[in-house]
Amino acid sequence: MLARRIIPCLDVKDGQVVKGVQFIGHEVLGDAVNMALRYRDEGADELVLYDITASSEGRTVDYNWVRDIARALDIPFCVAGGIRSAEQAVKCLNSGADKVSINSPALERPDLINELADMAGSQCVVVGIDSREMDNDYYVHQYSGDPDKIRQAGRRTLDWVVEARDRGAGEIVLNCMNQDGVRKGYDLKQLRLVRDLLDIPLVASGGAGSPEHFVDVFDQADVSGALAASVFHKKIIHIPDLKRDLRQAGIAVRQ
Amino acid sequence: MITIVELGCANTASVLFALERLGVEARLSSDAEEIAAATKVVLPGVGAAGFAMSRIHELGLFALLRNLKSPILGVCLGQQLLFDSSQEGDVECLGLIPGRVTRMEGSKDLVVPHMGWNQLQVTLDDPLTAGVSNGDYAYFVHSFACPVNDFTLATATYGAPFAAMVRKGQVWGCQFHPERSSVAGARILENFVKL
Repeated sequence: MLARRIIPCLDVKDGQVVKGVQFIGHEVLGDAVNMALRYRDEGADELVLYDITASSEGRTVDYNWVRDIARALDIPFCVAGGIRSAEQAVKCLNSGADKVSINSPALERPDLINELADMAGSQCVVVGIDSREMDNDYYVHQYSGDPDKIRQAGRRTLDWVVEARDRGAGEIVLNCMNQDGVRKGYDLKQLRLVRDLLDIPLVASGGAGSPEHFVDVFDQADVSGALAASVFHKKIIHIPDLKRDLRQAGIAVRQ
Repeated sequence: MITIVELGCANTASVLFALERLGVEARLSSDAEEIAAATKVVLPGVGAAGFAMSRIHELGLFALLRNLKSPILGVCLGQQLLFDSSQEGDVECLGLIPGRVTRMEGSKDLVVPHMGWNQLQVTLDDPLTAGVSNGDYAYFVHSFACPVNDFTLATATYGAPFAAMVRKGQVWGCQFHPERSSVAGARILENFVKL
């Protein structure tokens, strides 16, 4: 049976893993390659490495650093941060990344999703979406790596996920910003709404604070994977214990 | 030397790194002479079957890959290319393993791509599956699947069973990514190296 995925997300700034509450006020947590290896050893199913400043600073990811991660890891990983062209994405994949995730650049130029899917195949193309609840609806935000540049993208989340899928995205990572960093649980209502619109994998992000939150998001929002950062980095949740709890709740996870 | 065929569309670096982790020297090449001289050949693949087959023809590798005497391992799309044909782009493939690769029909309840860790069911004893047990997890990412037939070494099930590993003569294939499949994947690559 296909296992539900547990995905630690490493927000990387200058080779260091950082985490901020609601994206603001970054705190240094450790070296990216070392933390990637630690999660591999603990049984993470996949890693996401976000170069959180690349997009707002107008540069792209450093491919040497991608190679370092690829050399060390024997589980899949996805790279995000400032990928603006299909050529850059292919460079990233050729450096050993399994998938690339695009967020702000896809909002600037949605054709990027089509170009990337045509060149590398949909299975490599993840569209990351930062979404915030406003006026009983959900709206996409961009440049969320930088508190000074973050802004509304002028799109409804429920429209953008469908457009991204139609343009060739192979997976959606939905980061629910109201929940991000506060550890009160995933936004089950929003995730369920998005899940019901999709026939490609959906990964939940934002809000994990306890093992029960993971049980709830798999049970109630039926997502393929659950991404979290601070609870893993700060050792509030230990992945082997989390997987034991998920198994006991009847959720298929990799042993 | 083990030679990884570079088609310009594939994630070749991760296969090379996985062999490095096993202490095995390998090289990337799209040169017909180097591939012909290889002790073993890995045909990796990420991307579309049509594009990969057109690259194989452009590089003059079609007849060479079809007639290789040394062991060959197709990985992911590379396994699909070993079959007669693929529904993806309706393309003729290498014809080393009988059968047609078909699209996995997605639905709201069965999301496609089939992406993540799924369990192997070993159906035939083989040097490549030595040390691999039923229920071991491997990492899959694909939207097209190979049919189960007499040449299937292991299956996985997503909606329906499909060929997760194949073998015919000196030709082997893995639909999953052994280079990204942790302990089981490393064991399978090591088995291939030791053939």
